[in-house]
Amino acid sequence: MTDLTDLTISDAREGLAAKSFSAVELTEAHLAAIEAANLAINAYVLTTPERAIDMAKTSDARIAKGEAGALEGIPLGIKDLFCTKDVRTTACSHILDGFTPPYESTVTANLWNAGAVMLGKLNNDEFAMGSSNETSFYGDVVNPWRRKGSDAPLVPGGSSGGSSAAVAARLCLGATATDTGGSIRQPAAFTGTVGLKPTYGRCSRWGIVAFASSLDQAGPIARTVRDAAIMLGAMAGHDPKDTTCADLPVPDFEAVLGQGVKGLTIGIPKEYRVEGMAPEIEALWQQGIAWLTEAGATVKDVSLPHTKYALPSYYIVAPAEASSNLARYDGVRYGLREPGKDVISMYENTREAGFGAEVKRRVLIGTYVLSAGYYDAYYLKAQKVRTLIKRDFDQVFESVDAILTPTTPGPAFAAGEKSGDPLEMYLNDIFTVTVNMAGLPGLSVPAGLSSEGTPLGLQVIGRAFDEETLLRVGQAIEDAAGVMVKPQDWWSTRA
Amino acid sequence: MSVDRATVLRIARLARIAISDEEAQRLQSELSGILDWVAQLDELDTADVEPMTRVEAMTMKMRKDEVTDGFCAGDIVKNAPEEDDHYFVVPKIVE
Repeated sequence: MTDLTDLTISDAREGLAAKSFSAVELTEAHLAAIEAANLAINAYVLTTPERAIDMAKTSDARIAKGEAGALEGIPLGIKDLFCTKDVRTTACSHILDGFTPPYESTVTANLWNAGAVMLGKLNNDEFAMGSSNETSFYGDVVNPWRRKGSDAPLVPGGSSGGSSAAVAARLCLGATATDTGGSIRQPAAFTGTVGLKPTYGRCSRWGIVAFASSLDQAGPIARTVRDAAIMLGAMAGHDPKDTTCADLPVPDFEAVLGQGVKGLTIGIPKEYRVEGMAPEIEALWQQGIAWLTEAGATVKDVSLPHTKYALPSYYIVAPAEASSNLARYDGVRYGLREPGKDVISMYENTREAGFGAEVKRRVLIGTYVLSAGYYDAYYLKAQKVRTLIKRDFDQVFESVDAILTPTTPGPAFAAGEKSGDPLEMYLNDIFTVTVNMAGLPGLSVPAGLSSEGTPLGLQVIGRAFDEETLLRVGQAIEDAAGVMVKPQDWWSTRA
Repeated sequence: MSVDRATVLRIARLARIAISDEEAQRLQSELSGILDWVAQLDELDTADVEPMTRVEAMTMKMRKDEVTDGFCAGDIVKNAPEEDDHYFVVPKIVE
């Protein structure tokens, strides 16, 4: 029998229904894989084996009674940004040391209601600020993929680097993730996994540690487009506790996957052909265009003229909102407290000790752009630029059904390669950040390997609340490219 | 747009983050670099553009004005570094 950890969610669902194996067996296989791998990969910052077995036993009982939910018995990893009741949640920041939420995030509650099993909490960049998972208080995550003939560690992308690495290394069948500027799609591209950032408002933000509230959105990372569709269906839905969460029915995302792309028009935006882009990225993009054309889609050149302004305006909006959201970490109500001579110095010392360098940099930028006299010049200006970016997309979507771009300007880079220069790191999000600024859905699908032997992804961008078309296009790419293979296992101590 | 040392210290004070002299120096050049880079937005004339406030037009829902949660003071102070009788304890503020 295939290793249970190699199954897709849809295969596992069938195997559980056919009683080929039990939910407890499936969970135990994953717990053993994590045990053997985590020292090398560092994807999990906390495992919850007892809870996982209990949940799996409940799932087995529900399956036996014919009451299985959509994710019954499916073992998942949860990004440490999601509050989980009575299970430590720190956003991988020192400042939230030991924080144990007395409540459950809506998205994870939805998953548990659908029968999913929690394996543990996954590493991420501190407060989701980073593109390489090198800013976590719990240390770097290592990409299970390596360059051909090299054992130098590569980054798994960020901020959802624990999620992407765990899914690629078979340490869970799927994972939750969040995306503020590319934090689902970029790590998915770097690890050969499928990452879906839904439309802003598709999933509730309630109970997710806030970074930039007008941009943050939760979504799945999984190994196939179908698995991402299954997970999104369980995660999404209206929530009265988040006023920005859309009161719309959740479509059957899985049902559309067989519809193909015949008759769809796919836009190719010329502004994503950036200076210095690797020839292999351009070749991958052309390959994607050819696949979709062969599958019956029509391809059309389009223009999104304000693309180049998305990243600079993002680096006003996101730090501004972060500086407000992170004001709550003051050593009074939860987490770390460092003493001081008075209450102000207690705040200052706590935040000095509790935040890492990247978080401080962004809080300070945000404080600056929101400070007296600068609001109009920076934050208001950036929000106006967002309108222009959104308008570009609105115009293009009058004549196309989806847009195809590369997910990242290059494959996974080496640990330490870009961490010295914040601006160079920020440029990693150049193709993904536009989508957050406009609030649209974006999907990254593995599309091939780089000359270094590491995965590359293509991104599909869709109309607001049209994840269905996005998934159809993603399925066509996956059908043509083939499901990404498992990277060579160098990380298991049992291997 | 270059940020001077006094500005870095003022911003750090506003953000309630203690910073060392060495950090102030590093942040001065990093923040200046980032602000120089975002200054390219000045190329765009946005005088007649409305700022984006929502992704999709959607009316904010109203809820009934009623108590839906509460009586959980123990849960609320549970994670506090210091608490006493359901109060958060901080260093003395009023002499």
